Amino acid sequence: MPVIQAQNLTKKFGDFTAVDGISFEVAPGESFGLLGPNGAGKSTTMRMIGGTSLRTSGSLTVLGLDPEERGPEVRASLGVVPQQDSLDEELRARDNLIVYGRYFGLPRAYLETKADELLEFAQLTEKAKAKVNALSGGMKRRLTIARGLVNEPRILLLDEPTTGLDPQARHILWDRLFRLKEQGVTLVITTHFMDEAEQLCDRLVVIDHGKIVAEGSPQALIREYSTREVVEVRFGSARNAAMEAELRGMAERIEVLPDRILLYARDGEGLLEQISRRGLNPLTSLVRRSSLEDVFLRLTGRSLID
Amino acid sequence: MSDVMAPVKERLANRPSWLAPLYAGNASAVIERGFRVIRNANWGVIATGFFEPVLYLLAMGVGMGALVGGVPGPDGREISYAMFIAPALLATSAMNGAIYDSVNNVFFKLRYSKVYEGMLQTSLGPMDVALGEIFMALFRGLLYAVGFLGVLGVMGLVTSWWALAMIPVALLIALGFASLGMAVTSFMKSFQQLDLVPMVLLPMFLFSSTLFPISVYPGWVQGVIQALPLWHGVELMRQLSIGFFSPMTLVHLSYFAGMTVLGITLVTFRLRKLFLR
Repeated sequence: MPVIQAQNLTKKFGDFTAVDGISFEVAPGESFGLLGPNGAGKSTTMRMIGGTSLRTSGSLTVLGLDPEERGPEVRASLGVVPQQDSLDEELRARDNLIVYGRYFGLPRAYLETKADELLEFAQLTEKAKAKVNALSGGMKRRLTIARGLVNEPRILLLDEPTTGLDPQARHILWDRLFRLKEQGVTLVITTHFMDEAEQLCDRLVVIDHGKIVAEGSPQALIREYSTREVVEVRFGSARNAAMEAELRGMAERIEVLPDRILLYARDGEGLLEQISRRGLNPLTSLVRRSSLEDVFLRLTGRSLID
Repeated sequence: MSDVMAPVKERLANRPSWLAPLYAGNASAVIERGFRVIRNANWGVIATGFFEPVLYLLAMGVGMGALVGGVPGPDGREISYAMFIAPALLATSAMNGAIYDSVNNVFFKLRYSKVYEGMLQTSLGPMDVALGEIFMALFRGLLYAVGFLGVLGVMGLVTSWWALAMIPVALLIALGFASLGMAVTSFMKSFQQLDLVPMVLLPMFLFSSTLFPISVYPGWVQGVIQALPLWHGVELMRQLSIGFFSPMTLVHLSYFAGMTVLGITLVTFRLRKLFLR
């Protein structure tokens, strides 16, 4: 039985439709991603799952319950890591964990041990007594995640978990999330980072303008919507558009972005050789494997990060 | 794996369906947070709310009072001007404290500091948060009332043991204003709208027989003032300060009981609008 089930889930703010009739299911233990640009409706969907945003229409169950009708009960099994850290700045790091646990109705004795355990998990043991404002962005993020685990949730909702983190901090975080997944925690992750989605998600839906435009595993989506390799060439921003005509027909598909041209082909090196044989000398060139970024570009005609 | 949340979940599963989305029966966790914050907080910030009525009392009561001389008290006998305004200042400070907590603080925590957002990601419901916050507002009111009454005692401005009853009555006044204030906050969208609140409170403070009796007004103005809550608070406190009661005492008390019921009912209906988007 799926742990989350959404059918025609819709959320309107006045005239604006943030989430436009999406349907999806999440299986227990699965790592499920909502991928899309900012403003696609991912965070709103997350908030509806937690019962803190009321849906306009459609149905939604989390662990068999309607979060709008049994919010506190649903959230007893959820860990929420919001996009913007909502740490309590009037409390110290360790107290944040304890007070948050008290909100769940957990006993103080349990929380004393649990808080130390979570601080260690988040590599913040030395920062136990630090004020929240004295923590770095990465530390705050890890503390927020640790806080979301205080009730040992069955489902962890992570809204843009690594936005604003440096690469090292991201990898630490990914490692922690893998461990949770191994323990059987269901992860629901929103992200606009393709590499993150590829690393973390078993399955994902691509959302644009509040609608699901594709669904599948990262590999399957790449297979379906892109070629194996991509050649990126730059001729300088003034000439990129003009070069499109010259390059047309050489690749399966071609995308002209303001700063570069993407050529989709099975054999990237071969294509690049062809290009130089024709005497079209790009300023820079790069051959890489297709990613979810390319899938998104194909599906929406736009890149994810503007 | 044993489920640490099992007892909580079982309790929540048995909630009646009308309460289930709103209330987890755990407002005490919000209160606990409040006390933890007070313990870490800067007492200076809390003390300012205490000094305001004391400063008014010194400036108006003692200073102006020297010019004014004696005024007729609730029972018709003459009392000093300081004795006349002291109970009114206590009622006003209960009102101001409650409004500050339930309007400005709640608005800030909702829109900017994300404290409530964090709370509502847990198994707390909006009603737990509202009850906990109203309790903390009353606790602050209690501190101010006790402190101010102490000052009055030291200055010899209370003449009856009934004055001790001013403390619970200050809490009742605070409760009425806090619950109504929170309901009003649920309609607020910007800081500009928040600025309207003092525009209502300041005239109410100035004209509700706080600094002079309402007998100076024509009848219809008196009627308007008597319909507003602060006048009832002021009159009630004034009666308690000298231990004089009349049938109006009951009217004043009922006014605040009614205001509290109305405020809490409104807040309950507006809770989802206030806390959930």
